Amino acid sequence: MAGTGTAHLRPASEALLRVEDLVVEFPAGRRKVHAVSGVSLDVRRGETLGLVGESGCGKSTTGRAIVQLPAPTAGHVRFDGADLARLSGKHLRRLRTRLQLVFQDPISSLNPRRKVRDILAEPLRIWGRGDRSEQDARVREALDAVGLDPEVALDKRPHQFSGGQCQRISIARALVMEPELIICDEPVSALDVSVQAQILNLLDELKARYDLTLVFIAHDLAVVRHVSSRVAVMYLGKVCEVGDPEVLYARPAHPYTAALLAAIPVPDPRVRPRDDHALGGDLPSPVDPPSGCRFRTRCPRAEQRCAAEEPRIRQVEADQYVACHFPLTG
Amino acid sequence: MTSRAPAPGEAPVGFKVNARTQGRLLEVAGLRTRFRTPAGVVRAVDGVSLTLDRGRTLGIVGESGSGKSVLSRSIMGLLPRRNVVREGTIEFDGERIDTLADRRRRDLWGTQMAMVFQDPMTALNPVLKIGHQITEGLRFHLGLDRRTARQNALALLRSVGIPEPERRLGQYPHELSGGMRQRIMIAVALACGPRLLFADEPTTALDVTVQAQILDLLAAQQRERNMAMVLVTHDLGVVAGRADHIAVMYAGQIVEMAPATALFGDVQMPYTEALLRSIPRLDQPRARRLQAIPGRPPNLIAPPRGCRFAPRCPYARPDCHAEAPPLVESSPGHLYRCWYPVGGGAGTGGTAGNGGTGGTAGNGGNGSTGGI
Amino acid sequence: MPALATDQVVHHVEDPVEEVEASPGRRLGFLGWFSLVWLGGVALAALAAPWLPLPDPDRSVLEIVRVGPIQPGHPLGGDGNGRDVLARVVFGARASLGISVSAVGLGFVVGGTLGLAAGYFRGAVDGVLTTLFNVLLSIPALVLALALVAVFASAQQDASNGRKMVVLILALGIVTVPLIGRIARASTMSWSEREFVKAAEVLGAGHLRIMVREVLPNVLPAMVSIALLGVAVAIVAEGSLALLGVGVTEVPSWGNMIASGRSDLARAPHIVAVPSIATFLTVLALNYLGDVVRARFDVREAAL
Repeated sequence: MAGTGTAHLRPASEALLRVEDLVVEFPAGRRKVHAVSGVSLDVRRGETLGLVGESGCGKSTTGRAIVQLPAPTAGHVRFDGADLARLSGKHLRRLRTRLQLVFQDPISSLNPRRKVRDILAEPLRIWGRGDRSEQDARVREALDAVGLDPEVALDKRPHQFSGGQCQRISIARALVMEPELIICDEPVSALDVSVQAQILNLLDELKARYDLTLVFIAHDLAVVRHVSSRVAVMYLGKVCEVGDPEVLYARPAHPYTAALLAAIPVPDPRVRPRDDHALGGDLPSPVDPPSGCRFRTRCPRAEQRCAAEEPRIRQVEADQYVACHFPLTG
Repeated sequence: MTSRAPAPGEAPVGFKVNARTQGRLLEVAGLRTRFRTPAGVVRAVDGVSLTLDRGRTLGIVGESGSGKSVLSRSIMGLLPRRNVVREGTIEFDGERIDTLADRRRRDLWGTQMAMVFQDPMTALNPVLKIGHQITEGLRFHLGLDRRTARQNALALLRSVGIPEPERRLGQYPHELSGGMRQRIMIAVALACGPRLLFADEPTTALDVTVQAQILDLLAAQQRERNMAMVLVTHDLGVVAGRADHIAVMYAGQIVEMAPATALFGDVQMPYTEALLRSIPRLDQPRARRLQAIPGRPPNLIAPPRGCRFAPRCPYARPDCHAEAPPLVESSPGHLYRCWYPVGGGAGTGGTAGNGGTGGTAGNGGNGSTGGI
Repeated sequence: MPALATDQVVHHVEDPVEEVEASPGRRLGFLGWFSLVWLGGVALAALAAPWLPLPDPDRSVLEIVRVGPIQPGHPLGGDGNGRDVLARVVFGARASLGISVSAVGLGFVVGGTLGLAAGYFRGAVDGVLTTLFNVLLSIPALVLALALVAVFASAQQDASNGRKMVVLILALGIVTVPLIGRIARASTMSWSEREFVKAAEVLGAGHLRIMVREVLPNVLPAMVSIALLGVAVAIVAEGSLALLGVGVTEVPSWGNMIASGRSDLARAPHIVAVPSIATFLTVLALNYLGDVVRARFDVREAAL
């Protein structure tokens, strides 16, 4: 499973966001952590791209690299045609208003010392949009859109809210500038099950209401399936498989995708936990990833070729692309 | 001078040696745990009774604030010393353990009951080598000498599926992956052969592929040692395939308890039904809006007077807010706490669309009852 | 995409928590109230001293030379020169507190700014500033004060009292800079890792804005807590300087009261005791309040 290749990308003119050969590396002592190694993705306007994988796969890093936080080591991130990595500080900052990020931990993503009113008005103040009363109206509208009562919420501080409510505030903050694309980095992972559903429904509604395009990063396959129109599976810094969720989930082509799906516990006692596709071993270190296909150390189908040669992404079905020498289908 | 390590399940001196493999192991009645805080008294566990037989698995499911973690710690006796009040009776293998003195309770821990925690990184001592942490319990409780303890530790590590056990003994926790740390924590917990294991969210911090491995490991250990397990989690999927009985907790109380198949197949409590409906499911078609539960769990300092779930319940009626329902039994072994249960239990099944008071029934409109 | 059902998102999600916090009274406790009252009283007295019905602190009255406390008209007695001790201790608060608060204020502003910059930008900036802090820290306060006074405000130069005070404030301030600076730096480093700082970046905020609006409000409690302790230390330092003969001389201060009263310790201990007790109580109150500030804001952070 390597993950280089751009076969799965659609024509550049159609994509609102287009990531090509993204590389993000961090220094770790004298060596480097290869967090993201040649990831390519694209998102069309109005789509929701689900980016899924377990810890250490680089999905969050990818999300942050897209918003240049920090800027990637190599690769192109084109938003509406403009390459974000090539932009000067001023232009990049201006583009930021169209591209927002919602973080995983709702409570730590809000400044505990500031009131909600100030937190939400901040982007408007930074960019000098509107006068005081207009800003106030926008803030109220955003709070209302996420299901919080402005009268009650505006003058309170984050610690007075629950996790789910903080996440709503965080989403409201992302909405205030009316962005076109929102990257949601594990937005529901830190929340209780019943609250998760509230937030997922909320994102659904907001997307329709404000004409948003979403990139939804998560480790929970069921959640990702529920919200996405396209899904990309990542492993150890590479893309394994990309495609339509219905196809991907019903007939996964990549052994890792199959293993992930098999490992998910189903809330039905009649379904016994499955033994097939079970993954052994441990995640290799991103400092020293395996040669060739990075998944080969745990793959039940690995062969010689997998160590020698890194597989490139190719199409196996209509709207299903996989990076594997011996995929399960196609 | 060597000492022999007892076989798994064999109790050391001080407890009745019981060779039975069946029968009641744990019996909890009327357990209440209260915390004194500056803001008031928090009733974290408010009247819980349950039983567990040898070798069986009880799943306790609940969200944050339901009291599930406090419950398992209360049963073990792992509560802070100050500002905590615990009431009720706990019987382990026929003996009252809630009235034990500290020293006797310490004898209990490790040899009779043990706990596996959620975050292995914080549960393992970062400055001690793994080998030390495993053998510590063996030497303290079972009086083994160093060499025998080390042999036991190696065997334990192998039994929990850790490759290169000799090397691991000399490593520190931070040198290992999350999955391995959790296995080590399980090894530490099982070292002295307890008969009851509390697993408090053992896989929440782990990836889903590792989760499956760990749960399989726990199940295998259970079978080998005829060990009972209390599996505490918020994930209904985790308990579905692995627990014999499941108890659903809400706001410090058990609101439904049943054998696993009955719980999923014949839901009584609206909360359980709502939980099941709010999870995105892989085994069901996608084009369905999630049925979110509006609102938030109640304040445990001053819980509502009537049914604690009523403010959020789509089927709530006026008397639900006035009086708290008791735990009643529908079919044998299936307990629930609701005036108008969802299944065909006692009382007519409530129909959604009644609209709960307080304007919280945003997602009403489907009158179907029971089943998933 | 799943078709949108016609039912709406639930509006007006459950209201935020009405925090049941312990009232300020219970939080402070007896010691806390005592500290506040004492400090408030001392500050008020110091500010209002010229208008209070006190005898002239500099006037010598022969009758009360070394006379013990509880005298009609002189509740705390007289010192070696016949000056009223009560008046001197009240007026002395002006100098002692004035110097300490100003010095720490200087350290707060300068040290806070530098520490914030060091913690936020890290890298080379941090390296330079940390070295600066280390250098400043290794200078003993008293030696620095001695040196500065000797150079800028020595007796030969006929230095005015005002000038001397400025030099003292400078000396003590310089020494306070690294103390507060390091706290600010450490706190900034920890807070700037939080996600809300990254969120501000994503929104397009510049560095200055983030430092001032996002990070600083969270770093302030730690700084204030240390600053309160710093004032306590400065008061004592002023006393030591007075004992060394480098403190203020023309106006009373607690330090120079103790210094000049030393020789009469056996005969008239109250001359030293009164300013000592005043210093002791003030330092105690400041220390305690510093702790309270720290504890209150630590608890908040723990809850997050």
